[in-house]
Formats: sequence, C-alpha cells, structure tokens
Amino acid sequence: MGKQDTYSHISYLEHKGRFKGIMSWLTSTDHKKIGLMYLYAIVVFFFVAAVLGVLMRIEKMNPGPDIMDAQTYNGIFTLHGVIMIFIVVIPGIAAVFGNFFLPIMIGAKDVAFPKLNLFSWYVYIIGAILGVLSQFAGDGPPDTGWTFYVPYAANSSTNVIFALTAAFVLGFSSILTGLNFIVTIHRLRAPGMTFFKMPLFPWSLYATAWIQILATPIVGITLLMVIAERVLHIGFFDPALGGDPLLFQHLFWIYSHPAVYVMILPAMGVVTEIFPTFSQKPVFGYGAIAISSLAIAVVGYFVWGHHMFTTGISYWSRWFFSFLTFIVAVPSAIKVFNWISTMYGGSIQMRPPLLYAISFIFLFLIGGFTGLTLGALATNVHVHDTSFVVAHFHYIIFGGMGFAFFAAMHYWFPKIYGRMYSDKMAYIAWGILFVGFNVLYFPLFILGLQGMPRRYFDYLPEYHNGHLISSIGAFITFTGLILMIGNLIYHRRRGVVAPSNPYQGVTLEWQIESPPTHENFETIPVIQNPPYLFKKTEK
Amino acid sequence: MKNGEKPHISSYTSHAIVLIALLALTFITVFVSEINFGAFSVGVALIVASVKAVTVLTYFMHLKFENRFTVWMVSGVFIVFALVIVITFIDYLLR
Repeated sequence: MGKQDTYSHISYLEHKGRFKGIMSWLTSTDHKKIGLMYLYAIVVFFFVAAVLGVLMRIEKMNPGPDIMDAQTYNGIFTLHGVIMIFIVVIPGIAAVFGNFFLPIMIGAKDVAFPKLNLFSWYVYIIGAILGVLSQFAGDGPPDTGWTFYVPYAANSSTNVIFALTAAFVLGFSSILTGLNFIVTIHRLRAPGMTFFKMPLFPWSLYATAWIQILATPIVGITLLMVIAERVLHIGFFDPALGGDPLLFQHLFWIYSHPAVYVMILPAMGVVTEIFPTFSQKPVFGYGAIAISSLAIAVVGYFVWGHHMFTTGISYWSRWFFSFLTFIVAVPSAIKVFNWISTMYGGSIQMRPPLLYAISFIFLFLIGGFTGLTLGALATNVHVHDTSFVVAHFHYIIFGGMGFAFFAAMHYWFPKIYGRMYSDKMAYIAWGILFVGFNVLYFPLFILGLQGMPRRYFDYLPEYHNGHLISSIGAFITFTGLILMIGNLIYHRRRGVVAPSNPYQGVTLEWQIESPPTHENFETIPVIQNPPYLFKKTEK
Repeated sequence: MKNGEKPHISSYTSHAIVLIALLALTFITVFVSEINFGAFSVGVALIVASVKAVTVLTYFMHLKFENRFTVWMVSGVFIVFALVIVITFIDYLLR
C-alpha cells in the first residue's frame, strides 16, 4: 500500500465544473456525485430514524409510560417507518451504489439520462423533507404507521395527508431512477458486454428497476385515492363512504411487497460482487444468480396477499398467496447456495466487506426462515401482528439490506474516496453491531410467539424481560453504528491512499483509478471475457 | 438511436383515424357504464380502457414501429398489470 499523501490524478472529486463548492455538487449531473448526494442524505435520515427507534426502545424498557405518552409513541413509530422504508431502504443501495457503480461496471461514462438523474435526487429530497415536516406541521404527527391502513388513515385527525404526499413524491423519484437504469443497461453497455457478460450487481439493479417502474405507480395512485377520500370524501376505501378497506390493503401491498424486493435485490447484488472478490474465485452459478434475480422480481410481484391472511380474503386467495410465498423462497435459496459455493475452495481474505457479507447471509436466513412461518396459513394466524413480524421484518431489512449496505460501503469505500479505512476499527464496529443487532431483535421473536402485539405502547409485566434485553441491544447496536460510520468519515480524508485495486477485484470498477476520473474511462473498454475471470482461473 | 434503426414519421391520416377511434371508444365507455353487468362492470370498463391504451401505445407512441424486444417488454408490463387486476378481483368473486 502506498504511503503518499494524495493520489496523483484529477478525480471526479476535484473535477471543476461551472460552479464551485456546494453548488458544484447541487448542479452536477455526474452519476458519481449524485450517488454520493443520495448517500449523505440517506445516512442523515437513517440516523434520524435510528434515534427514533432508540427512543421507542427506551420507552419500552419498563411497563407503563416513561419518556412519552401513547400518542407520541404512535407518531414516532409512524415516522420511524416512513423514513426507514420510503427514504432510506427503498432508494438505499440502488440510488447510492447503483448510481455510482452501474455505469462504471457496464463500461459507460454516465447513466442514460444524467439530468433526469439529478432531477430524481431533487424529487427525493423534496419528498424526504415533506416526510419529516409531517411530524411538525398541521394537526400533529401522523399516527397510522407506515402502512397508512384505511379506514384509520382516512379518519385520523393527525397530519396524515402530509405523510401520504411525501410517500407519493418519493415514489416519483424511485420510478425515474428505475427508468434511467433500465435504459442505461439496454443502451450503454460497453461493446462486447452482452447481458450474460454483465456483472451481477447490474443484473440485480435491472430486476429492481423493473419492479420500481411497475409497482410504484400503483401505490402512488392508491395514496392519492386516500388523499381524495380525506379531502373530497369519495368512497374508495372507507366503509362509511361505501368503500372497501380490503381494496386498500390489496393495492397497498401490490406495491409494498415487491418493495421488499426493491430493497433486497440490490443487497443480493452487492454480496454477489463481494464473495468472488474475497474468495478470488469466479462466482458459482453465474446464470442461476442472474436468472434468480428476475425470478424473484416476477414471483415476488404476486405474493402480496400474504400480508392479508387474517383480513377475510377468500380461502382460495390465501391458498394461492401462501403457495407463491413458498415458491419465491426457491430463487432466494439458489442465491444463498451459490454464495456459499463461491467461497468453497476459494482463497478467502476475511476483510470487513466479506465479514458484513457473511453476516448478511446469516441474518437474511433467519429472516427468510421466519418468513416461511409467516407465509404458512396456520402459523400466520398465531403470530400475525405480533412482535414476531417486527423481528422477521428487521432481520430481512436491517439484517439483510442494512448489512449489505454496510458491506457495500466498506467494499467500495476505497474506490469512491481513494482512501482506506481502518480495518481494525471496522472489525470492532462490526462485532458490536452484529451482537447488538441480535440482542435487539431476537427477543422480539420470542415475545411475539408469547403474544406480544406489535405497535403497542405498553405491555403486560410478563413481557418485561424480553423488552429490557431488546432495549439493551438497541444501545449496543447504536454504538456499533456510530463506530462504523465514524471510522469511514474519519478516513474519508485522513486514510491511507488506496491503490486502484486494493482487493484484487476483476470487474470494471477495479480497472480504473481510485477515485475515478470525471468520465470514468479515457476510452470505453471492449469486453471479451466473462465478468469474474480471476488469474488463477484463467486458462 | 442504434445503428441500423430507421426513424419513422407517422402520417396525419393515421393519427386522425386513431383520434376518431379513441373518441368512439370514449363514447362506448360512457354507453356501457349505463348497463348493469353486475360483478363484471369494472372488468368491462377496464377492457375498453385497455383497448384505448393499446391504441395509443401502438400508434401515438410508435410501438408498432419499434423492434420486437421493446414490444415484448411493453406486452410483459401489460400482462403483469392484467394479472394483478385479475388476482385482486378473483378474491372478490370467491369471498
């Protein structure tokens, strides 16, 4: 590793556009800068929502009201959900690392529509600000939960319209980004890069983008219908106005279940890049992983009804959705098998990105298996709307998408900033985070099986121990998060200068300078080989 | 535009015919709304709307002149959307 103070080339970070300072960022159509603007916004909102989560756990350390009343608790878990889902995890990996690395990994100089890309970021910021303002403006924080279930969302006297509008606006950003990625992948792949010579992270982004543009408009129109119901009293969903509340749940989950795959597919794409690099071995079953991404996107689109098993939908619908829920586990299992097989017999370097990627598999498996408990009709009835669901959900979203996001931050940090972080600090932060995460969420499985309802402000004394342990886990997790982010922020400017390929990766981003130049490539590369050809495997 | 793809300019005549077809379909939408189809009322309205959408996509949005892959992609979107609607309404019929 070099010991010079700075890198020698002019990277995108030093590139001089028309403006200087912050304006050079706010007006930049460079996909890398837009990716970083998403990153900074998402990290800030993530910590806002994480603090809200810690406040909820403090409240639940003991039975009865401690630091807030019930209505405040309702508002806090709603905002926690809205921020985490719509502002952090849905854009998450695709908006940050997709924007930064998709063009580079397919050998392009930018996305297909750079100005639209910047516009998407502004739409995202407007939606995010509206979401946070919903807590402070109007008639009090919305208290419906992030699911906005009608008829409550149609009748609640709180500031629901603000939050609905925020989710609606954020959806536009998601659609525009998805559109941009699909066109980029179809039109801007380097010469010779066929679909099956494309790395698997772009494959996962491709599948994700299709879900974004197919599913998001449905939730957009649904949220508008709720607004119309509240403002104009048109009876779409409220039985008092002649509407049907189950129609809302159908429409909401038609989007919101595929949204889980919008979150998790790019996460799977990230770890699929990490395993071959740190095993120095081609990915096992390239075609199976690529096709399974599409299979998850397609089948995952038709499982929404498993959120509604106890609502009174028809017997055959329950049967149908339960069956498909079990089917969608198959392509996910194929991926897990392939990741582990990729490591088998490889030259494993246990560096921080791989540690996070392996943690991803462990936590995602717990989330996945408990998902089967929820997907089965009989057991679903027992644990529906209990903290079991909360635990399952967080194992998938935080343990899955979250840990993959952290893996991506560590994997691509040297490429993004041209600096190395402290491995030692990264290991310590990972250890604290991993332990804290399991202490925080695993007790919620047990509490749920014992009958602890979700979204309850108070609880019976027999649930006290479980809640206390979970709250202690929240503090440990938060400490790990601070350490992890602190390590990255500190070394962003002070870290040792990174070589162009510190992990001996073989995909295109590792073949250019760290950090990349403004236009990524001096000349567009011509692709002749499959994407994961390591020296030891070349023949 | 990729190499080998040719631009296409539609004639005013074809645009006018599509416009007249869309207006006619709008009248049909209003007309069938007066007829009670029971549980299939929404389905009938959606079928007429789908015919209109396909007409717009085919001529106004030039799908007819695009390559086969693009046609497949758009068709796929329609099929997915149709399946979502059908699955939702089957639940209503079987409840």
